[in-house]
Amino acid sequence: MADHDHDHSHEHGSELSETQLRVRALETILTEKGYIDPAALDAIVEAYETKIGPRNGALVVAKAWTDPAFRQALLKDATAAVGTLGHVSPVGDHLVAVENTPQRHNMIVCTLCSCYPWEVLGLPPVWYKSAPYRSRAVKDPRGVLTDFGVKLAKETEIRVWDSTAETRFIVLPMRPAGTEGWSEERLADLVTRDSMIGTGLALTPAEIAK
Amino acid sequence: MNGVHDMGGMDGFGKVEAEKDEPPFHAKWEGRVLGLVRSMGYAGAWHIDDSRYAQETLPPQTYLAVSYYQRWELAAEKNLLARGYVTEEELKAGHAIGPTKPLPRRLTKDVVDAGMTRSSFFRQQQGPARFKPGDRVRTVNINPLTHTRLPRYARDKVGTVELIHGCHAYPDSVATGRGDDPQWLYTVVFDGREIWGPDTDPTLTISIDAFEPYLEPA
Repeated sequence: MADHDHDHSHEHGSELSETQLRVRALETILTEKGYIDPAALDAIVEAYETKIGPRNGALVVAKAWTDPAFRQALLKDATAAVGTLGHVSPVGDHLVAVENTPQRHNMIVCTLCSCYPWEVLGLPPVWYKSAPYRSRAVKDPRGVLTDFGVKLAKETEIRVWDSTAETRFIVLPMRPAGTEGWSEERLADLVTRDSMIGTGLALTPAEIAK
Repeated sequence: MNGVHDMGGMDGFGKVEAEKDEPPFHAKWEGRVLGLVRSMGYAGAWHIDDSRYAQETLPPQTYLAVSYYQRWELAAEKNLLARGYVTEEELKAGHAIGPTKPLPRRLTKDVVDAGMTRSSFFRQQQGPARFKPGDRVRTVNINPLTHTRLPRYARDKVGTVELIHGCHAYPDSVATGRGDDPQWLYTVVFDGREIWGPDTDPTLTISIDAFEPYLEPA
């Protein structure tokens, strides 16, 4: 399969890489055959570049921090609860929210491929799809957390959720201290993507002031 | 299949390296691949598990060497060829040559929003759920050559049913062309020591989402 060996180290420069040529050829063929609409591809790319990102999830988390009834509803049925928020895109049928507490820290992985809650977090980062994360998260989650600069108390339980089916998980991180009375918008700024995967914690007011 | 994609618990891949301020795409072609794969999925050319299986059956050295979107592109080519939507001759030429094989629908710009909402995997239940939350279960020991969503590390292990997610399309069946064969889906949680042995961090629990055929009463 020598013709499938790619050099993906040089995407820049004027010379088109083999991958660029293959993708261009494929898009041309599928367009000429009438299977795809290049304008739809443009719209998909634009949506992921501008609309569908972790801000969606951050708003969900901020709402859960400020509205106990919503928090309850979210933990019971995240799909339905997120569906009640007009400003977040639909999440399909299979979203589950899991809550971090002082006793328990949750972490999400997909060891078999790269399943990820796109609708609330956008496209997965490269590290989430990488062999180091997929291999180690289920066996050495504390080691993985160390790679992210996060250290939990020894007695904190760690629960790793391997996304092996079509269920998608989002972590509800703990609300940082010193944020009493903050608006949802302001709280959402503390909610990082990684805190909703479980490889990070929500930012503290001091961290965001930096 | 016991492929290199089934990575849970493998050692030696090194540190997790996060990129600061990572962009959604690192090159323009990545977005095109995402868009065309989404479009063909919407059109009904294949199911998501066909896409996964096509990636899993890439040569392991290729799977590990290429980037994520390159894997998508290679899997798309495989599925398009296997299903007769494009030919080798067309891929070489970079243009359509043969006839178009009809597809149920087409993702156009005006329906992109609908096309991007995730499909539902709920299916009509075929019978009552065999397990309920709290039940102790043992995962089966299977090593199929075909697609499965039961990772190697979680085979022949005892755990506890925690959640029931309803009845879902069964990937092991879908990816082998045998239809949805709907099955109950559960979150099953294991003690880390059951999976990795007695020296494991006692605070660790790991869950998988397991289709009913993966489980036996324990």
